[in-house]
Formats: sequence, structure tokens, C-alpha cells
Amino acid sequence: MPMLHTINKSPFERGALESCIRLATKGSSVILIEDGVYGATKGTNASSMVENAMKDLSFFVLGSDLKARGVDESRLIDGVTVVDYSGFVKLSVENDKVQSWL
Amino acid sequence: MSDTKKFLFVNRKAPYGTIYAWESLEVILISAAFEQDVSLIFCDDGVYQIAKGQDTSELGIKNFSPTYNALGDYDINKIYVEKESLDARGLTVDDLLKLTYEDEDDDWAEKDSIHVVSSAELAEIMDQQDVVLSF
Amino acid sequence: MKFGIQINEGPYTHEASTTALNFVSAAIEAGHEIFRVFFYHDGVNNGTRYTTPPQDDRNIVDAWSDLAQKHDIDLVVCVAAAQRRGIVDEGEQERNGKDGNNIAPGFRISGLGQLIEAGIQSDRLVVFGD
Repeated sequence: MPMLHTINKSPFERGALESCIRLATKGSSVILIEDGVYGATKGTNASSMVENAMKDLSFFVLGSDLKARGVDESRLIDGVTVVDYSGFVKLSVENDKVQSWL
Repeated sequence: MSDTKKFLFVNRKAPYGTIYAWESLEVILISAAFEQDVSLIFCDDGVYQIAKGQDTSELGIKNFSPTYNALGDYDINKIYVEKESLDARGLTVDDLLKLTYEDEDDDWAEKDSIHVVSSAELAEIMDQQDVVLSF
Repeated sequence: MKFGIQINEGPYTHEASTTALNFVSAAIEAGHEIFRVFFYHDGVNNGTRYTTPPQDDRNIVDAWSDLAQKHDIDLVVCVAAAQRRGIVDEGEQERNGKDGNNIAPGFRISGLGQLIEAGIQSDRLVVFGD
């Protein structure tokens, strides 16, 4: 039963992204929203954690939150998909349930 | 068609620094009245919520940890604690409250409600739920 | 699909309420139904009509009231959390001997059972918080 996980804090502020990756099962999706979008950027101390996790999990990032923070899509880890709010809604429908890592 | 869903309450924050631990317990207790299939998870700093020996007398904050003992009476006895979270914090199950319930299917024998499980086991448990509440 | 929404934080300090507003709007636009929006913890602070945000910024409380009115959405503020934080309707004002009330239009105060019911009745429960 695939789950959609939401992460709303930067991996440098909170352990939520790390915990989510530790506990998410293969085939689940992770959407990075709000301050969580920084977890989708390459060349950071958290990037390899995300890149490794992408073997089992699909990563998405909310475009509006990237834009708000001046993060250009060119800075994103390869393979992370940018979605808008309708995409966020769609992900919550396509997965069986949503877990927010607060 | 049954209205029973598998409800999962995820507790990941320490007690007292914020109100989430206490107010989530209030939701958990209310959920008992709705006869749903309730599971609780304590992981990350959430394991501190059920640490024994809490004494808030010098803070003037209500010590709500005794309330966890009531969970068994409300048929909430599926309490999962992540071993990795305990290990990372230098804790064992002996540092936690002893939460029990009486198994009506086993002559009311008193049993442990807390199950210490691995990350992999916890992931499977999370996956089986219908609705997940976070605080 | 039927969505239940839980909001754990108040307006402005955390992005949660704004993210939830945008999510709910997108869900409605996609043809989904919002079963209930339940405000818990500091989320109850989204329900006061006494905010005066700066003119050049969004008015979160009004946005919720307008959305509720336009799409007949049930906005519920948890009574226990509201009592702790001073969000009061006429009933609570009388019950608790307060000299006024501050609940915003479209919001109602009710018990935690409403959140559990949202979890039971909705196809998806999405939580926005800290």
C-alpha cells in the first residue's frame, strides 16, 4: 500500500527527512514542501541521503515553495520531479494514504 | 461495510518542550470511543514521551505521563516503539513506562502493550494503516 | 475523493495554514470534496476574527472564511485547544464566563471526535503542521 510522505522542514534543521527515508517502504513517494524543499537540492550534506533513497522512493518537490525561496530548478537533484499544488493533490489521491513528518 | 479503519498515531516529539505529546494523547483517548483499530508509534524523540520517572513539580506543568497507563483500559494496546530510536538515545525498554492491558481473549491475562520493533518492522506496520495522524 | 484536513499551527508563524489553503483550493478545483478542516493545537488561532494583517499581505482568516462560505466547507476548531488558547464563540463565552467572543465567520467550535470522524469518513486525511 504505497504511502505519500510529506516533509516540510529542511534536513539541516530537523531529522524528519532522515527518519522518513529510514521508515518509508519501497514504492512510496515523498513530497518536499515548505522548508523541506531544500532537501531536494544537490551538492549539500543531505544530497547523497536523498540520492540513495531514490532507488526505492519517488521524490517530488512543490514548485511554489522552491520559487518562493529562490531555488532554481537547475539546483535540484536529478530525478526529483517538480509538481504544483494540483500535482500534490494528485499524489495524495494516487497513494493510499498520506503521512506528514512534522 | 465496516466503518472500522486502522488509525495510526505517530509520536516523534519530546514531551513538555511543546504541547504536541499531550494534545496527541487527548486525541488518542477520544479515538477509543470510536472503536477503531488504533496503533501508536513512538519513534525519534517521541520515545521520550513514555519514559518513566517524569516529575514536573518544579516546572508547574501538568505531568501527563500517568495518563498513558489508562490506554490499556481503553483497548489501546498496540504501542510500537522503534528500537533504533531507543538505541540512538541510550535507552532500553526498561527506561519506559510499563504499559499493559488485560487480554479478554486470554482469561484477562495482563500483557505488555509496548512492542519494541526494528525500523523495518515499523515500516511494515506503518504501511498497513488506513489513516495516519501526526502532531 | 473526500479529503479531511488537519491543521496544527496558527496563521503566519508557520506556513502550514497557507499550504493547507492552497492544497484545499487545488483539491476543490480538481473536483474533490472537502469533508472537514479540523484546526488543532495552535491551529485554532486561524479561527479568530480579530486579526489585522498588513494590507500588502494575505488575510489568512478571511481566506478560510471565504473558502468555507463559497464551497460550504466545515471548519472546526477543537474546543479543548480553543479553550487553552482563547478562541471563543457565543456558547463558550457563556459557558466559561468570558466578556466577549472572537470566532471568525464560517468556523465552529467542537470536540476532538470531529477529527476522528474526519479520519473515518474521508478517503484521505492530510495533516499540515510544524
